Amino acid sequence: MAPRLMQGSDAVADAAILAGCRFFTGYPMLPFTELLENMAKKLPHAGGVCINAESEIEAINMALGAAATGARAATGSCGQGVSLMQEGIAELALNELPLVVFNMARGQQDYFQSTRGGGWGDYRTITLAPKDIPEAVVHTQLLFYLADRYRTPVILYGDYVIAHTSVGIELEKLDFGPLDSKESWALDGTMSGTGRARQIWTWARGKPNTPGPGPSQAWETIAEKYAEIERTEQRFETYRAEDADTLVVSFGTTAIFVDRVVDELREEGLSIGSFRPITLWPFPAVGLAEATKGCSRVLVYELNAGQMVDDVRMYAEDRSVIRSIGGVSQDSSGMRQGDLLNADEVRARIRRAVAEPAPSRA
Amino acid sequence: MSAPHTRAALTRGTVVLDAERCKGCGLCIPACRPNVLAMGSITNAAGFNLPELRPGCTGCMACAEICPDFALEVWKFAEPIVMDTPGVDADGDKADGEV
Amino acid sequence: MTTVDIHAAPDRDARRVVGFKPDLLQSSEHDLCPGCGHPIAWRLVLDSLVELELSHRTILIAGHGCYTQMMRIADLDSLQCLHGRAPAVATGVKRMVPGTAVVTLQGDGDMVSEGLHEVLHAAARGENVTALLFNNGVFGDTGGHMTATTVIGQRTKTSLDGREAAEHGYPIDVAKLLTQIEGAAYVARGAVNTPGMIARTKRMIRRALELQMAGAGFTFVEVLTMCPTGWFVPTADGPEYLEDSMMETFGIGELKAPPPAD
Repeated sequence: MAPRLMQGSDAVADAAILAGCRFFTGYPMLPFTELLENMAKKLPHAGGVCINAESEIEAINMALGAAATGARAATGSCGQGVSLMQEGIAELALNELPLVVFNMARGQQDYFQSTRGGGWGDYRTITLAPKDIPEAVVHTQLLFYLADRYRTPVILYGDYVIAHTSVGIELEKLDFGPLDSKESWALDGTMSGTGRARQIWTWARGKPNTPGPGPSQAWETIAEKYAEIERTEQRFETYRAEDADTLVVSFGTTAIFVDRVVDELREEGLSIGSFRPITLWPFPAVGLAEATKGCSRVLVYELNAGQMVDDVRMYAEDRSVIRSIGGVSQDSSGMRQGDLLNADEVRARIRRAVAEPAPSRA
Repeated sequence: MSAPHTRAALTRGTVVLDAERCKGCGLCIPACRPNVLAMGSITNAAGFNLPELRPGCTGCMACAEICPDFALEVWKFAEPIVMDTPGVDADGDKADGEV
Repeated sequence: MTTVDIHAAPDRDARRVVGFKPDLLQSSEHDLCPGCGHPIAWRLVLDSLVELELSHRTILIAGHGCYTQMMRIADLDSLQCLHGRAPAVATGVKRMVPGTAVVTLQGDGDMVSEGLHEVLHAAARGENVTALLFNNGVFGDTGGHMTATTVIGQRTKTSLDGREAAEHGYPIDVAKLLTQIEGAAYVARGAVNTPGMIARTKRMIRRALELQMAGAGFTFVEVLTMCPTGWFVPTADGPEYLEDSMMETFGIGELKAPPPAD
């Protein structure tokens, strides 16, 4: 496929189909709507099914049903709609069912929602936050792999910029390695009437002929799984951070603006670099601890009132002073990526923070 | 209340009760079309009263179909027989001297 | 001995016309109350599946209620889903494995209270699934509370003096709502309080499953079941109470059906 100009939503749809997605459903909500439109147009031609759901609650539950048959399935919304999907996402996690959820977010106020989750129970969702469309296309395919590998719902944290802008891009199908068969748990009706029918049930008690481990053991298994993911799936990127005294932490498309400002400020002689979590969960704790070792100042620029900064505080080197320099970004469209997604604003806020005397630490 | 049993009844079938499954709910009794089931005084290990069967079963399966506990099995005889109920008089009451 | 011995198989030439346990039950052991109507209805479903040769191509999606136990003991590929969401989950399942018989099992609390949205939309889309509603007019599993189908006058723990329209609103007849939706091909309501009703209900369930496999659209069978515990009545009075209370509000019969094939 030769490179061509594609809108992000279009490219992500193609990436999902390349990854083998055969069921998609969603409720229209900007900036997610175009992904639904693209899937409605393309997925049937790939032998799949796309349903315009009547609510986000319907969408997540339809997707759960498709995933239960072993199909690669996906749904999405933007943060406010993902709120309605919290119960369903938790249920997928507790049932160990794979699903990709596209949050084409309005800004960055869904960090807590993605990393802490609003559903019930001890579960986590692997969340990847691409910074641009080429990365989103890779992450989309990676997420279908991770969902199947770990049997868990996963999130792509996209945004308006990724969904609505266009780039020249060439998609290629990516292979992330072999996966176990889903036959032991996926439902297709064929084990009915054999005495060994399968069952998906969060209580995990099984059936009389095939008793299950029970809820306590099921919880333990799931907790161990998330602990393993936390150890092995942390992803991040640094930019000019090796000798930086000030480190700016940001995620998603915001990082592009931050990195450009890092270059400008380096020109002016400032010792500055950036750190970009790629996995919001598992948060790249190991990478951040390493990157902040020599820093006296860590600045967190995120388009919200301060969410990721909690994780930065938890994992950054104790010596650093940590400041939140972002904020809620408003614009007339309501897409929450207005006035603060702006290199001038980033530069001004970094300069202000750097100019402050470091407070004494009691 | 339908007419009590006569002493001799044409019986086409019978039931088998899984006593330990029975919860003594009594749904089988009004369901029985020939009215030959009645609640008895024997209890199972769980303490539930078990039903009793009198002659006259037709093998209609109504009791098995209404049993919520899958505790009844129904059989049909190759040849219907006339079953006597010893100790029961023509009005269906216990004969003198019988317990 | 005044009675026939029913604790052993007959000692004369006889054939067994019905065994204890339907084929599609792995075990007949359950903890449902004495006199519960749910297992009676469940037997009809399982027997129908066997008769229609769907034993090896059925998926069951069950909601949350006393009947969830019946999912556990059934020899069917099963999924327990979130309260109210079964028709949505069934949609995703059936679209991915369209040759399979997909059956949902919900109580009135699950379907008509929590999940009214889901069942109406699945019907509107004409999803080829069979939705079963085991309606006993009460949230039994949580201890006996009012649902959207609790009838006027019925006492529950949240309508202690009997449901009153002015205070608690009216019950919803979801079957009647479904008859108005074009995607619903078959809508029927039966009951399991008498042998006659049981026989009629079995025919409804069979018809619904046949129509699903023929691709006719959304099929729905509601079964009125006894809950003497939730109704605060003696166990043996369940069948009569069902007739006097629920059947007054919810009429029995095929409410919507395609014309019979020639």
